[in-house]
Amino acid sequence: MISADLSVVLPEIALAVYAMVAMLAAVYTSKDKAAPILVWITSALFFALAVWLGVTAGETRTAFGGAIVDDGFARFAKVVILLSAGAVLLMSIEHMRRSRSLLFEFPILITLAVVGMMLMVSAHDLMTLYVALELQSLALYVVAALRRDSLKSTEAGLKYFVLGALSSGLLLYGASLVYGYAGTTLFSGILATIEGGEMPIGLLFGLVFLITGLGFKVSAVPFHMWTPDVYEGAPTPVTAFFATAPKMAAMALFARVMHDAFGAVPGDWGQVVAVLSLLSMALGAVAAIGQRNIKRLMAYSSIAHMGYALMGLAAGTQLGVQAMLIYMAIYVTMSVGTFAFILSMQKDGQPVTDIRSLNMLSASEPLKALAMLVLLFSLAGVPPLVGFFGKFYVVRAAVDAGLVWLAVAGVVASVVGAFYYLRIVFYMYFGEEGDAQLDGSMPAVLWGFLMVSAFAMVAGVVNLFGVEGLALMAAQTLVN
Amino acid sequence: MIGLEHYLTVAAALFVIAIFGIFVNRKNVIVILMSIELMLLSVNINLVAFSAHLGDLVGQVFTMFVLTVAAAEAAIGLAILVCFFRNRGSIAVDDINVMKG
Repeated sequence: MISADLSVVLPEIALAVYAMVAMLAAVYTSKDKAAPILVWITSALFFALAVWLGVTAGETRTAFGGAIVDDGFARFAKVVILLSAGAVLLMSIEHMRRSRSLLFEFPILITLAVVGMMLMVSAHDLMTLYVALELQSLALYVVAALRRDSLKSTEAGLKYFVLGALSSGLLLYGASLVYGYAGTTLFSGILATIEGGEMPIGLLFGLVFLITGLGFKVSAVPFHMWTPDVYEGAPTPVTAFFATAPKMAAMALFARVMHDAFGAVPGDWGQVVAVLSLLSMALGAVAAIGQRNIKRLMAYSSIAHMGYALMGLAAGTQLGVQAMLIYMAIYVTMSVGTFAFILSMQKDGQPVTDIRSLNMLSASEPLKALAMLVLLFSLAGVPPLVGFFGKFYVVRAAVDAGLVWLAVAGVVASVVGAFYYLRIVFYMYFGEEGDAQLDGSMPAVLWGFLMVSAFAMVAGVVNLFGVEGLALMAAQTLVN
Repeated sequence: MIGLEHYLTVAAALFVIAIFGIFVNRKNVIVILMSIELMLLSVNINLVAFSAHLGDLVGQVFTMFVLTVAAAEAAIGLAILVCFFRNRGSIAVDDINVMKG
């Protein structure tokens, strides 16, 4: 039933067709002059699709012989991906216009990456997984090197490409072993093989390679080497994008593979994921302390946050998946606000990234400093802000699953990690007196996202905007 | 008689050579790109061997996808490398060091 199959992937097809049409239209008309309007159209399309996918969420549907599945879990991840990608696109216009790097390829590449991510979270077959992951990665390698004339940006692109291609290779080798020993590439078939009896050693090797490849994509320690360099070198709007949508997609794909394909043996992969989680939290907390560059600092911060999200996954339960989804939704919201602030940091019209330039920001820009303070406290997990509840859920899931040692390590790491967030607050509020270091003006779009995100961190404590219930419904479709 | 395990051994050997090519290589980035191709091709040997062994065509379809993606990946890798060369004037691995990890 080809038409029924196609209707399941209609949003992805619509976005892919839009990307091609936009590309041709821009090439044959005004090229880069069309870029701002293209960014607006693309992000409007993302928001519209997010609303549509959220409203029409219903029963689980499969397509193409089970290769693609559209369930509550995929819907949840897709809505988060689309909303964050749309927000980051809108935030990037001013910054890229100032640095004269607003190319019309940018929104098109982001669209293609988003198509890849949407297919990733819907993948129910190793082939879909691989092709979707590559569609996302290939688009992201190019956007990392978007500023062709900048040495840092091209170096970031090159490093990202080499390590990304290596991780895809490892993942693919794992996929080939899983195919060989399970006899099928369908996740449901792999699950049936494992449930049917003893797990062959080849399948176990395949599982390890798959986890390694996915670990690279979520930048979990020890596969995190690319993250700080890519975050620092890539243009700041691209960094903001890397910190949000691809992380959500990679985490959701990780959960999908583990539960849908290997859900029968949570003991086998739970320990590995728990170790990844522990190392990520520890390294993220310690390595960021020496950083002066706020983009590099955010890279280590994102490594630490991925560690917490993996803690939920390591639990291997429905509560764990729910906690992971809540954590990722909160993390993405905080990141959007924080990067709205970072994108507005400039001195004499030049972007700056040194955290010392924030000296005494509270004196010149009290409201901006207060919003950033709320976001940083939330990132650190200080109660009663929303960031605390994200950590609370994953820790509860870990304790429930008997991983008390992991939960304790997570709490300790969050205390250590609070230091570098609070140091930024210190610079903003108690730094040395001096001339205003940063330009005061801030584009309205960035100001809006910063304030909305900070407000959500405070107002969300009432009921988390209902994310808890939505995440529960999503987790129920994945783990049952 | 050459059986499945021989093919798997060759593929595993090629895969390990490719990994070493990426990590041990200190000369230039082109060698890394070649190693990445070698890695994907070793996976293809694996897939085709399993496909023939299982009598299942899915593995060969998978191989076609991998070949296509490998071509796209090589194109993008070389494009980024050309941009990097224009800025840095070198493609030696030791010269990719503006940002310290």
